[in-house]
Amino acid sequence: MSTETPVPPADPSAAPSRRAVADADAYLAVERSPEFAELRRALRGFVFPMTVAFFVWYALYVILSAYARGFMSVKIVGHINVALVFGLLQFVSTFLIAWLYARYAGRRLDPLAERLRARVEGERG
Amino acid sequence: MSHPLLAAAATTSTARSLTIVLFIIFVLITLGITVWASRQTRNATDFYAGGRSFSGFQNGMAIGGDYMSAASFLGIAGIIALSGYDGFLYSIGFLVAWLVALLLVAELMRNSGKYTMADVLAFRLSQRPVRTAAAVSTITVSIFYLLAQMVGAGALVALLLGIKPGQTFLGMSAGTAKVATIIFVGVLMIVYVVVGGMKGTTYVQIVKAFLLMCGAILMTLLVLAAFRFNLSGLLGSAAEKSGKGAAFLEPGLKYGKEVAGNAKETFYNKMDLLSLGIALVLGTAGLPHILTRFYTVPDGRAARKSVLWAIGLIGVFYLMTLALGFGSAALVGGKAITAQDKAGNTAAPQLAQALGEKYLGGSGGGAVMLAVIAAVAFATILAVVAGLTLASSSSLSHDFYANVIKRGQASERQEIRVARVSAFAIGAVSIVLAIFAQSLNVAFLVALAFAVAASGNLPAILYSLFWRRFTTAGATAAIYGGLVSAVVLVFFSPVVSGTPTAMFPHHDWHWFPLSNPGIISIPIGFLCGWLGTVLSRERADEAKYAEMEVRSLTGAGAH
Repeated sequence: MSTETPVPPADPSAAPSRRAVADADAYLAVERSPEFAELRRALRGFVFPMTVAFFVWYALYVILSAYARGFMSVKIVGHINVALVFGLLQFVSTFLIAWLYARYAGRRLDPLAERLRARVEGERG
Repeated sequence: MSHPLLAAAATTSTARSLTIVLFIIFVLITLGITVWASRQTRNATDFYAGGRSFSGFQNGMAIGGDYMSAASFLGIAGIIALSGYDGFLYSIGFLVAWLVALLLVAELMRNSGKYTMADVLAFRLSQRPVRTAAAVSTITVSIFYLLAQMVGAGALVALLLGIKPGQTFLGMSAGTAKVATIIFVGVLMIVYVVVGGMKGTTYVQIVKAFLLMCGAILMTLLVLAAFRFNLSGLLGSAAEKSGKGAAFLEPGLKYGKEVAGNAKETFYNKMDLLSLGIALVLGTAGLPHILTRFYTVPDGRAARKSVLWAIGLIGVFYLMTLALGFGSAALVGGKAITAQDKAGNTAAPQLAQALGEKYLGGSGGGAVMLAVIAAVAFATILAVVAGLTLASSSSLSHDFYANVIKRGQASERQEIRVARVSAFAIGAVSIVLAIFAQSLNVAFLVALAFAVAASGNLPAILYSLFWRRFTTAGATAAIYGGLVSAVVLVFFSPVVSGTPTAMFPHHDWHWFPLSNPGIISIPIGFLCGWLGTVLSRERADEAKYAEMEVRSLTGAGAH
């Protein structure tokens, strides 16, 4: 990538250069900016609830497999039972969440991130 | 066909030679790629991260290649073929797990790290303790996983080539052939990694993923065609042939068994099922050989794309395990499968043979299909072990040698040289361990690798990415706490001693009732990370956290 710049090996014991101090200030300034708070909120506001949702949904499937065998064995059509449909729905929900996240990230997160990135890299020179 | 026995013998030997020819072609092609890749490998970024030159699609394929192990291709098909529905739980857990990687880990990790899992932890914590902990955990997880794959490879090759005890193959007895296979697989994986680095290994994964998908799609279509694309018909036939009736299509034949009149046993069985389910879903995003794959693409957005491709690929593959498993149950039958291998690992190749006989005509057609699928299975094993060796040697060199021993003062050339030596050493150690372990039942090591990854690595990564206060003490406590609790619980569990199927069936020192430690060890890992942080006096480095957060969320300054 064109933005790829060689970075000197990190050495915590060395005295921080003036450049590094300036960089740290730039990062702190960006991190405390309202735009960054918005990006953080937008990211966490999507991924945290979604993680809880899919985990609970998956846990429900595992728990029903362990404890609700009668319900899972109910036949829906022919030999296709609730257990199979529930399992297939886990695939559907996984594909759906992946698609929703890709759409959300492309529309909401990427533009915000891009603007902040340009600002950080501008300030760092 | 004058004599059925003679014809059968001829078929086996045709299939065997064809398998060997196809496998040699695969090995030659991948070795060619490896040599080509070695010419493109000039610096550390090339060796560890394939020059970050792969596209999201390519890396998605490679993730699939790294992830879809023989355990999932042969193992899940085998469990479904013998125990029915319960095998599907693995397919679901292995897929849903990718949401953790997609939503919480892949992009942020790509933006803030360079070569290894530890890069993310070391960004704002003390280099030496966290890199040491991460290297210990990476190598432990990888060796467990490697050992399971290599011991499996030995047994599998013997089965796939049809070498039975008492028979000889190229003048070798079955036992010698197994050892020879383990050494052969081990040497090849060392060559891929030492010569080709990440670039070569990634192309090996891509080729393997392509072959595996083609093989699985072909078999799935043939199975479905055999039942005129009527899923219910396939299931009904599988249930009937299994002799277990409708229960074959319901959960409970293998996991979470209900033992009549024994409430305690039933309770433990069900807890074990929940424990397995949790470890499967939380382990993936902590597997070092998966995490290092995110570094092979240029930026966080490409990392997201690669996980999306991987989810598509892996999802379709695991859906097909249903057709493969139930297809084997219906078309081959449990009796014929257990006659070959008690664990059912040969169900998929046997299904291939049955399908070939049905559609390509006669035993010759069966031999061709068997050979093709057996060669795909070999390719699968080779690609996975190469990925594991690369991840552990990268960690040993980049984390332990360059940053702990040399305190970040090693040159790139030294680092790459140490990585190559490490790959050689880890490969050699795995070969020796696998030869010693080959008569032991080590299948549980895959589940253990997932449990350690979920209990130690995942808490450390998540806290590090999302918790401002997280400290060095918290990170080392999470990794060591999760690692040690998972390993100790498994050591005292029924999979290591005290049961007929245990690793040591004639000894009994078990007191932990579950085979899967996740339900206990994962909370311990998260708890240790939290306690380590709140109990230490160490203050989090505000500026470093700010830099990491900005870089991980925006991709600024990523390299």
